[in-house]
Amino acid sequence: MDKAAASPLATYLAHLEQDQLAYQFSPEANAPVFFPRVICPTTGSANLEWRISAGLGTVYATTVVHPQQGGPYNVALIDVDEGFRMMSRVEDIPPAQVRIGMRVQFRTHRPGGDEPPCPVFHPVEAP
Amino acid sequence: MRGLQRGSAAIVGVAESDIGAVADLMSPIDLMAQGIQRALVDCGLTLRDVDGLFCATTQARTSAMSLVEYLDLPNAYTDSTIVGGSSFEIHIAHAVAAINAGLCSVAVIAYGSTQRTVGRRASSVREYNPYETPFKPFLPASAYALAASRHMHEYGTTREQLAEVAVAARQWALLNPAAWEKKPLTVVDVIAARPISDPFTVRDCCLVTDGGGAVIVTSVERAKSLKKPPIYILGCGQSITHATISFMPNLTVSGAVESGRQAYVMAGLTAKDIDVAELYDAFTLNTILFLEDLGFCQKGEGGPFISGGRIAPGGALPVNTNGGGLSYCHPGMYGLFLLIEAVRQLRGECGQRQVTDCETAIVHGNGGVLSAQSTVILGTPSTL
Repeated sequence: MDKAAASPLATYLAHLEQDQLAYQFSPEANAPVFFPRVICPTTGSANLEWRISAGLGTVYATTVVHPQQGGPYNVALIDVDEGFRMMSRVEDIPPAQVRIGMRVQFRTHRPGGDEPPCPVFHPVEAP
Repeated sequence: MRGLQRGSAAIVGVAESDIGAVADLMSPIDLMAQGIQRALVDCGLTLRDVDGLFCATTQARTSAMSLVEYLDLPNAYTDSTIVGGSSFEIHIAHAVAAINAGLCSVAVIAYGSTQRTVGRRASSVREYNPYETPFKPFLPASAYALAASRHMHEYGTTREQLAEVAVAARQWALLNPAAWEKKPLTVVDVIAARPISDPFTVRDCCLVTDGGGAVIVTSVERAKSLKKPPIYILGCGQSITHATISFMPNLTVSGAVESGRQAYVMAGLTAKDIDVAELYDAFTLNTILFLEDLGFCQKGEGGPFISGGRIAPGGALPVNTNGGGLSYCHPGMYGLFLLIEAVRQLRGECGQRQVTDCETAIVHGNGGVLSAQSTVILGTPSTL
């Protein structure tokens, strides 16, 4: 068997570096796979394609964390339109104003230093 | 659970170690050993009768090895399955299987934690998860808070109903001399407490205490000749649906539906047949969620179901009669204490908080972030 050229996480992060929210798709299961893996959990197959999300989603669940030091911040679960769910946060509005069902859009957050980029969301502009 | 037989093993001894805030420099294994010694006294067996060790703690990577060394039991059958707080309910199923397969005859299930003394960060180091850690969820609270947000959204569960769970737990704790919390609590107190992760305040969250204990399981034959009436293991079930909250299939339905189904089928009982429920209340949402998932009420009706004191002392359904993880004690992983309280209720040893005519108990363990669900149904000799 061929040795894996890159880990699922490294591939995911490399896409994020290019401002792309990547996920896997299992052709045999005809279903998205997220978090990224080396095999499809439905079929057990190693045949997984990488796809790029359009970056739109809906808030599935939300909380405001109140740390002992520093201000409160949002943590949310986002249902991305391509059919997978991920943890993230909704920015640009006060954390308590994040609502379940809110439409949100992805962007890359770059914390700097040694920390890798991460996908965050902001409310979709009203049409 | 498939392959296990109703009433084929029994719990014969239970005990807590020291709990709350233990003596300085006590180790988790000290607390396991202390619990084991007291549980052996409870049933009249001795350490040399023990040939099976089941244990878990976040403070010892190879806890079974440490416990074997401590007790000098090199030939003991060992199992240190660890899936969070429900590990000990799973150990019950594993102990039943091991006893029936002849792998051991007297199984000890033990736990110990000094998380209050050494601090939560030191006692339970959280693994880095590249898909969650960057967003700084305050775990485990934020995971349960996310589930609560969804339950409130889908079913109209209210902030007050969540608070009522904590109030009921406190009322039970006030009847339990061993409980950590000693003062009355109101719905207003819960809501006005320090916020942790919305909708939870610190009063919606389990305590941070030290503690440990042990439960002794043996064959039906051996159980009959011991000090106290055997408490039979009628049903067991297990379902692990995820490890991280992002990947829980549905935040308002837990694996308790499946673990409960397995346990009820094995026991030949339904929720209507249960006299007392000990449900892992790491957060106030849990009690509501598990009452729904274990069939005590319909999905989404848990909030109205618990209100008006229904699960408090004097209510129609006694739940978490020791005060629970919210008010009695919560040393990191709480599952063992649910078993201890259920056995004491079934034996009629609970004094002021004793449930009358208590013949059947459901014990529901929860591990991780609503991840690992395990149900055990216990009964007095009359239920066999």
